[in-house]
Amino acid sequence: MAITVNTRQTGLTGNSAVAYAMKQINPDVCAAYPITPSTQIMEEFSSYVADGVVDTELITVESEHSAMSACIGAAAAGARVMTATSSQGLALMWEMLYIASGMRLPIVLADVNRALSAPINIHCDHSGWIQIYSETVQEAYDNLFQAVRIAENENVLLPVMICLDGFITSHAIENISLLNDAEVKQFMGEYKAKHTLLDTDHPVTYGAMTLPDTYIEFKRQQSDAIARAKDVVAEVGKEFGARFGREYGLMEEYRLDDAEVAIVILSSAAGTTKVAVDEFRKADKKVGILRPRLFRPFPHKEIAEALKNVKVVACLDRADSMSSFGGPLFNDVRSALYDMEKRPKVVNRIFGLGGRDYKVKDAAAVLEELLKIAVTGKVEALIKYITI
Amino acid sequence: MATLKELSKRNELFSGGHRLCTGCGIPPIVRLLLRSANGPVVATTATGCLEVGTTIYPYTSWRIPWIHSAFENAAATISGIETAYKAFKKRGRIPKDKEIKFIAFGGDGGTYDIGLQALSGALERGHNFLYVCYDNGAYMNTGIQRSGATPLGAATTTSPAGDVILGKQELRKDLTRIVVAHNIPYAAQGSPHNWADLSKKAEKAFKANGPSFLNIISPCPLGWYSKPEESIEAAKIAVDTCYWALYEVENGVLKINYKPKEKRPISDWFKIQGRFKHLLKPENKELLDKVQKHIDSEWERLLSLDGKLI
Repeated sequence: MAITVNTRQTGLTGNSAVAYAMKQINPDVCAAYPITPSTQIMEEFSSYVADGVVDTELITVESEHSAMSACIGAAAAGARVMTATSSQGLALMWEMLYIASGMRLPIVLADVNRALSAPINIHCDHSGWIQIYSETVQEAYDNLFQAVRIAENENVLLPVMICLDGFITSHAIENISLLNDAEVKQFMGEYKAKHTLLDTDHPVTYGAMTLPDTYIEFKRQQSDAIARAKDVVAEVGKEFGARFGREYGLMEEYRLDDAEVAIVILSSAAGTTKVAVDEFRKADKKVGILRPRLFRPFPHKEIAEALKNVKVVACLDRADSMSSFGGPLFNDVRSALYDMEKRPKVVNRIFGLGGRDYKVKDAAAVLEELLKIAVTGKVEALIKYITI
Repeated sequence: MATLKELSKRNELFSGGHRLCTGCGIPPIVRLLLRSANGPVVATTATGCLEVGTTIYPYTSWRIPWIHSAFENAAATISGIETAYKAFKKRGRIPKDKEIKFIAFGGDGGTYDIGLQALSGALERGHNFLYVCYDNGAYMNTGIQRSGATPLGAATTTSPAGDVILGKQELRKDLTRIVVAHNIPYAAQGSPHNWADLSKKAEKAFKANGPSFLNIISPCPLGWYSKPEESIEAAKIAVDTCYWALYEVENGVLKINYKPKEKRPISDWFKIQGRFKHLLKPENKELLDKVQKHIDSEWERLLSLDGKLI
C-alpha cells in the first residue's frame, strides 16, 4: 500500500481543520445548529455543500436538541452522520446524546469546549460518549477521521465526540499537514449499517419500551461496548500512524519515564505545560506530563501504570464537578490509583475556567509545589483553584 | 381514492396485541393511515401512549421500520430519516424508482406543547413527510394532565373541577392554524369516525410535495371519562357540534369538508364525557355559554374562509 506523508504545511484554525476533515470524509448527512465557538465548522462545511464540493445532505435545524434528534434518525436510517457543537448546545442535546449512545448509533460530533452558563461565557472549559481530547489543530483534524472508524467498528457501535478547546484551538491558526483525499477515502471505507430504517423489506423497531425485566441488559451491553472501545481507539490510532506517519495512543507521556512529579492535564493546556516541564528539566528537575487523549472510556489501568513510579501528581481540571471534591479528571485519576500498593499523592488544581489564561508560569508554580510535596510529604491543599 | 374494500385488502401493518386501551382512538387512526400509504412507509412516534402501548420489548406492533427516540423531537427525528433517504437516493444506495413515505406520530402533548419547536422547524425546512397529531386533549399517557390542546372547561388532573376553579380556564391552542401559517402544501383536521374523509386526506397528504399535517381527534375513554364503546360516536358528535371541524387547507385554499345539516349544541358532546360534567350544572351555565360562544365564533370564522385562499 502506498503511503503519502504530506509534509506540506497549511495554516488552519482548529475549526477550519475540522471542517476540512469533514469535507474529506463527505458524510451522508450533517445536522447542526450554530453556537460559538463551534459555529465556523458548520459555516465552512455549509460552503462546501453550497459549492458542491461535497454531496452531503445538510439539515440546518432549529436547535441542538433537534440537531442530535435528526442525527439519530439519519444514523438509524444507516447514514454516516456528523455534527458539531459547544457548551450550551451540548447541554441542550444532552437528552439525545444519551439516547444516541443507548441506541448504539455511530454518530461523530466535534465538540469545541466552552464554559457552561451561568454566568454566560463563551470561552474554553471542559465538559460526556466516547471522548477524545485534542491538544492541537493537527490532532483535532486527525482525530475526526479516527473517530468515524472507532464509532463504526462493529465491536463498538457508539457515538464519538472529538473535543478541541474553544478559541484556544478552534480559532488559533496552526500549521498542519493535510491528508490526501484518496487516502482518506481508503482509510474511511464505506459504512454499511446492519439494521436500518430504510430497509423496508426488513422492518426493525428502534427505541422500544423496556421495562425492569430488560432495561439493564441493554445497559450492560452498552457498557461492555464502551469498554471494548479502548482497544479499538488504540488500534485505529496505530493504523492511522502506519498510514499517515502520525501515531496516536490512549495518552501521551511527556518526559514521564523517570519523573518524580507529574501533571495530568487534557487538551491544549498540555502544550503550555510542556514548555514549563522543559525548563524544569534543564535544571535537572525530574518532572513530566501525562496527557490522556481518550477520556471516555477512561483508561484507568494504563493511567495507573504510567504514574506508578511518580511520587506526587497534580490533576489539572479545566472543569469543576461542583461536588466540593474536585474536578472529573482528578476524581478518575485518583480512583484509578487506589488499587496500587505504592500510591502517589494526588492533588487537584482547577484552572482556566471560562477561558482564563493558563500560562507557563502557572504550570511552573504547580510543578514547584509538587516538588516541595515530594520532599516534605505534606499536602497543604488537596483541591485548589489556580489562575485566579 | 381507495374504496373501503380496497383499503381492507391492503396489508395490516399495525398488528393487534398491543396494549392501548379498549376504545382508544389511536389504533384505528394509525391502521387507516398505514393502509392509505399503500407502499413502503417508515414511521417515528413521540413518547406517549402510542409508543408505550405498541413496543413493550421484545414485542412490537409495527410491521414497518419504526423508531422512537424522545418526546419533543418526532419531527426532528423524521427530518433525519427523510434526509438520509435523500442522501442515499442521490448516492445511488436506494433504487431511483423506490419511493418511501415518512410519517411522524405525536399526541397533543408531544405536538401542541413540547414538540412544537421541532415541528415548526421541520415544516419550515420543507422535509417530505406527514406529521400526524392524535389529539385526545391532554397528557393521557402520564395520567390526564392538561395540555395546550385541552378544551376550555375540561377537568384534568392538573386542571381539576374544584370548588373555586372549574376545570381548564384557558382556550385551547389552535394548532392547525399555527401549522397552516407555515405555508405547507397540505394540512387538515380529521376524525376516525369518518374513514372516507380521513383516508382521502391521508392520500392527499402523502401525495403532497413537502410537509403535510393531519390533526385528528382521538377519543380517550380514560381521560374523557367516556364509555369505550362510544368512542367513535364521541368523535362523530365532536364533529357534529363543530367543536372539531373537518376542514383542509390545500395549497393555501381552505375547504370545509363537512358541514352538519343541523349543528348540535356542545352540551350533547359534554353529556357523554365525565370531564365536562361540572359544566352541565345549572349554576355553571355561564361557562358553558362561553364555550358554546367560542365554538360558534370559530365555526363562523371557518365558514367565512370556506373556499378562499387564506
